[in-house]
Amino acid sequence: MTTALTRADRQRRVTNAVMTSFTALCTVFAVAILLIIFAYIAWQGIGSVNLRFLLDSPHPVGEGGGIGNAIIGTGVLLLLATLLGMPVGISVGVYLSEFGSGRFAVIVRFVVDTLTGIPSIVTGVFVYAIIVVPLKHFSASAGGVALALIMIPIVARTTEEMIKLVPHSLREGALALGAPQWRVTLGVVIPAAASGIATGAMLAVARVSGETAPLIFTAFGSRFFSYRLDEPIASLTVQIYNYAISPYDEWHAQAWAATLVLMFLILLINIVVRFFTRKKF
Amino acid sequence: MPNSSSRTANALASPWRIALSPTGNTGDAFFRGLMFSAALLVLIIVGAMILALAMKSKLSIAQFGFSFLTSRQWNPVKGEFGALPFIYGTVVSSAIALLIAVPLSLGIAVFLVEQAPYYIARPITSLVELLAAIPSVVYGLWGIFVLAPFLRVHVEPHFARWFGWLPLFQGSVTGIGLLTGGIILAIMVTPIITAVIRDVLAAVPDSQREAAFALGATKWETIRIVLVNGAPGIAGAIMLGLGRALGETMAVTMVIGNRPEISASLFAPSYTIASVIANEFTEATQDLYLSSLVELGLILFLVTFIVNGIARLLVWNVTRKSGATA
Repeated sequence: MTTALTRADRQRRVTNAVMTSFTALCTVFAVAILLIIFAYIAWQGIGSVNLRFLLDSPHPVGEGGGIGNAIIGTGVLLLLATLLGMPVGISVGVYLSEFGSGRFAVIVRFVVDTLTGIPSIVTGVFVYAIIVVPLKHFSASAGGVALALIMIPIVARTTEEMIKLVPHSLREGALALGAPQWRVTLGVVIPAAASGIATGAMLAVARVSGETAPLIFTAFGSRFFSYRLDEPIASLTVQIYNYAISPYDEWHAQAWAATLVLMFLILLINIVVRFFTRKKF
Repeated sequence: MPNSSSRTANALASPWRIALSPTGNTGDAFFRGLMFSAALLVLIIVGAMILALAMKSKLSIAQFGFSFLTSRQWNPVKGEFGALPFIYGTVVSSAIALLIAVPLSLGIAVFLVEQAPYYIARPITSLVELLAAIPSVVYGLWGIFVLAPFLRVHVEPHFARWFGWLPLFQGSVTGIGLLTGGIILAIMVTPIITAVIRDVLAAVPDSQREAAFALGATKWETIRIVLVNGAPGIAGAIMLGLGRALGETMAVTMVIGNRPEISASLFAPSYTIASVIANEFTEATQDLYLSSLVELGLILFLVTFIVNGIARLLVWNVTRKSGATA
């Protein structure tokens, strides 16, 4: 143990120490940014959140007002997007996992993966071209379709991954009992993967609930309460955007408060999902 | 899945038990056809996207042709539409984002996979993923009121003082511009790049690490070998981040300044393809104006589709291979 370290060895040790600390530093930095953002939202938002703010519709500057219509609007849009996008997304996932061995499936898998990376604003332009232009006005249904299109690839891929986790012995057992394949899939495979599929679905909802770009020229936004699908509708994200770029301090404060509400919704979904998946795997 | 066998029994018991007919083939064909048509629908949607965007941008393509991509003039009043300022803004802001995000993500991923013990890696992984859950518009809000003022007061003046001889850091310091847009983008793409690199590193077989340690390599030297092994996948991760950065809209729109000019300075306001669509789409009353904006959308779609496609192929290559041996 008396051999002295050579110069080169000492250098290697120093490099090792520097680089391994650098990686830790990177991690601390990223987590710090996350905490700073969350803390700032909470600090700025908490002052303006009260029951009236949550229930009222927007008022002109100086008269208070709230985000009640935007909360309902986001709810309507998410519901519509879920109804339209979820069945398609889950079906695509089932196709890819249960029938997806051929060349066609490889193409579909590739396109679905690539589709998740398409900017949401392009989806907005597309929906504008195929729905808003023919109908000649902005509408909640156009916004719902745009969000559904964003949802489909996300749901499809998580569904495929979750169904793949179902052991083959289950399928074989059911088939051996004489059940046709559709019944094996619907009655055995999907129930076995149900919680995983639900997890993916909820994450997709969380993801699109934060979308703004595809809504600006589809659902457009509104300052009134609306439940109608053929009229423009408000949403939390568009409201935050409009208030953020306005010149009024009061609206800035409302933007922070609306952000706090939106983040609460998204974090709630994420935490619930994490809690359930932790148990499972 | 401990309770799956009881679930199977339940599932088969009702309501699917009504008729266990041996002629399940019609049902199978129908079910298969239904799932197939959903898969086909995805391809149709992509085809329809390309078709609809191409048709709506026909006017602008016919009018400007290839010069649309090289013209610096964007003047709706005069009916002049050139995309170069937006292409420049998009490329430069994404480049800044990657310059910051790639080393950062590599560091985080290496720390999580190679260094941190499980009980640290697990919660940190969740926290970093939460960065990806923050909506774009929230990053934008934070960018306007926190990041931009911070950069204006504490960062940009120092850059101007020390590196002011470079054209990159000249001009007035406002906090709103390319640099701020790039930094916001960096924060937004970091969790995505990190997550993919993490998967790629985890897919590198342990035998590589053991061999390196056995030869007397230090921790860092071992990590370098792992990184080399995962290089194609890491390249894919970076491409994925690039695809996201190119198309990111709201946060950038809120901090980049939205001026269709090309300036050498990173402090200067700029404009990205996604931002101009977001800002001007509802104002575009003339057909040519709208058509030009849709053509920008078409360009963005094609570029991000190609970038994401390459990224997926790179990542698939790495993670699939290890999946086969595992």
